[in-house]
Amino acid sequence: MKVDLTKIDQMIDKYSSEEDVPYISILQDINDEYRYLPEEALHRVSKKLAVSMSQLYSLATFYKCFSLVPKGKHEVQVCMGTACHVRGAPRILEKVCQGFKVSPGKTSEDGEFSLETVNCVGACALGPLVVMDGKYHGKLTLNKIGKLMGGYHEKEDN
Amino acid sequence: MKKKITSPWDLEILRESIKENRVSGKPCVSVCCGTGCMASGALEVLSSFKSLLKQKGLDFQLDTKLTGCHGFCEQGPLVVITPGDILYCRVQEEDVEEIIEKTIIKDEIIERLSYVEPVSGKQIIKEHDVPFYKKQYRLLMANNGKLVPTEIEDYMALGGYSALKKVLENMTPKQVISEIKTSNLRGRGGGGFPTGVKWQSCFNAPGDPKYLICNADEGDPGCFQDRSILEGNPHSVLEGMIIGAYAVGANQGYIYVRREYPLAIENFGQAIEQAKEYGLLGEGIMGMDFNFNVKINRGGGAFVCGESSASIASIEGKVGEPRDKHTHATEKGLWDKPTVLNNVKTWATVPIIMEKGAEWFASIGTEKSKGTMIFSLTGKVNNTGLAEVPMGMSLRELVFDIGGGVPNGKKLKAVQTGGPSGGCIPENLLDLPVDYEKLSEAGSMMGSGGLIVMDEDTCMVDVAKYFLSFTKDESCGSCFSCREGITRMQEMIDDITRGKSSLEQLELLKELAQVVKDTSMCGLGQTCGNPILSTIRYFEEEYLAHIVEKKCPAGVCRDLISFSIDSELCTGCGRCLKNCPVEAIQGEKKEPHVILEDQCTKCGICREVCKFDAVIKI
Repeated sequence: MKVDLTKIDQMIDKYSSEEDVPYISILQDINDEYRYLPEEALHRVSKKLAVSMSQLYSLATFYKCFSLVPKGKHEVQVCMGTACHVRGAPRILEKVCQGFKVSPGKTSEDGEFSLETVNCVGACALGPLVVMDGKYHGKLTLNKIGKLMGGYHEKEDN
Repeated sequence: MKKKITSPWDLEILRESIKENRVSGKPCVSVCCGTGCMASGALEVLSSFKSLLKQKGLDFQLDTKLTGCHGFCEQGPLVVITPGDILYCRVQEEDVEEIIEKTIIKDEIIERLSYVEPVSGKQIIKEHDVPFYKKQYRLLMANNGKLVPTEIEDYMALGGYSALKKVLENMTPKQVISEIKTSNLRGRGGGGFPTGVKWQSCFNAPGDPKYLICNADEGDPGCFQDRSILEGNPHSVLEGMIIGAYAVGANQGYIYVRREYPLAIENFGQAIEQAKEYGLLGEGIMGMDFNFNVKINRGGGAFVCGESSASIASIEGKVGEPRDKHTHATEKGLWDKPTVLNNVKTWATVPIIMEKGAEWFASIGTEKSKGTMIFSLTGKVNNTGLAEVPMGMSLRELVFDIGGGVPNGKKLKAVQTGGPSGGCIPENLLDLPVDYEKLSEAGSMMGSGGLIVMDEDTCMVDVAKYFLSFTKDESCGSCFSCREGITRMQEMIDDITRGKSSLEQLELLKELAQVVKDTSMCGLGQTCGNPILSTIRYFEEEYLAHIVEKKCPAGVCRDLISFSIDSELCTGCGRCLKNCPVEAIQGEKKEPHVILEDQCTKCGICREVCKFDAVIKI
């Protein structure tokens, strides 16, 4: 992915007038834009704000919201909160891993699906649930999730 | 451009003019658009109402309102029609036309959309008659569902910012702090520290500037009350923060919100902008010599950042590692300056106390825990949702009267409170009145108010294992005892669930859980042993069944169960055979099928798809 440095500069400038430069917020904005943190962008932040790369990497690896590798075309999050867990989330996760050929925290080899587990999205009444590309699918059974994934595979085939 | 409020008097004039414009008596359709309802299609329902009313030319006679979370998430999307207070549950887009035609035009009730009480099977038409709401005592959530969260005028019409007016007009910071002390308000983030004492020490601390933080990093899985308040009534939190800033002498505030709550971030951001436009935030608030600003920081998805010193580190732009508490944040907090940090619910309670008086507030609740607490009822319970109740209500009332009991006639086994730091309370202790001390005595804790119901199909060893894997992933790793201790504990409990453990190992596990508790620096490590110790304390027989008999009584732990097909019940329909992902089922059509045990991965799909309950778990 080509990184547009003027865009990165704008993101940095948005905050740099503040005395307490929120590095995390800047990285979050970059991550929102590219769905990961391109190395080039991190170098730019490091240079412009005179902050070491190691400090930026420590943030990027500590916080779960950042990724240092590009994400797949579709982002799938399986909620593993307690309420979902007691309603059978582990089996749903297993089925998603099988169906999309991907393990948690990784992207499938064809670059289609990135899978993450999240600890509660706060929609416990709908448990177990997955979020696919920002859309919630709740009250899942193994059967329902199978059908849902089937739909995604069909999309890919067409 | 809004007209700035330059004196307390201005606010009242503005409020009156808002109210005058609103006295229309128009019927109104409110659609709950909290995260839960939105996930089940509430926005589509709302837009469908708007477009159909316009089409029929009724949009001038009827208001449509997008409200925040009502807390009755199990039945969402919720629609409430006033006058009449008619509640419709699980409304979908295709129901909207019928609601307009029958209920709005002809005043008829649509029975299939009304709420049916799960225990008695009774149909309930009006929202205020629903038992789930009836037994609650809503203070913080009173206006959720009555106002549009993104309209400050709605909040003002309901009396919003009058507590701030009262404080700025008639009270000194010292008087505000003493009022909070008298109210006996304790931190709602779970620790239960007296809020007034915290404010007082920040007020007394030398150092300038002073900071104020609202902790909205609601990381406990199965908790969503902070989310619901921020989404549904953001101004109540903001007003509390402004009052707090006035009391302790802070000019800059931060709110640290979980990134998993985009709607809460959005709504709170709008609340900040609107308060600024009216001069209730920024320089010279209400024309007084008092400045205060608030910035939003999005969390980075680390559970440990719900711990106060870790969230402070995160706001400073560092990794979220807690620090030791020899020096309190009220003396050296954010950027080493005096800082007062409270949870969302604590801030939202402040305007209520200021408005109604500390004595009134202190009259609710138990001797040591005052006011109300919001619980997130989740898990194996009929009415998943938010229940705000006076402190001291029993767990049994919470689960059965408000939560509507356990689904499918199953037996309740335990209630887990306090998230990964809490413990499991068995059925025979359910009459326990809920407050900070009572829950701690029972080996659990209040935490931020999560309450997860577990039935006979839940394995307590598996639950303990779940919490350990959670805390293992979320430990920041700076203390050796927490980083390594949790890993070792998880290995031990994993062995138990596989039937590869011994009674000596169980003793060692207990000992290690206690050691990690005693030797860790922050709350995460100090409490991560609670789920283990409380499940061993109350459900030792389940542990023994796994260790000695190599059996999982609840049928959850995969290595200790097996599936088979009852040849009497099996009709040979072939559904299980077709759905088995590993081809572990054989059988001729219309003949009883069998499961090949060596190939079976125990995924349970066959059991789910069988229409004759022929697949049995042993």
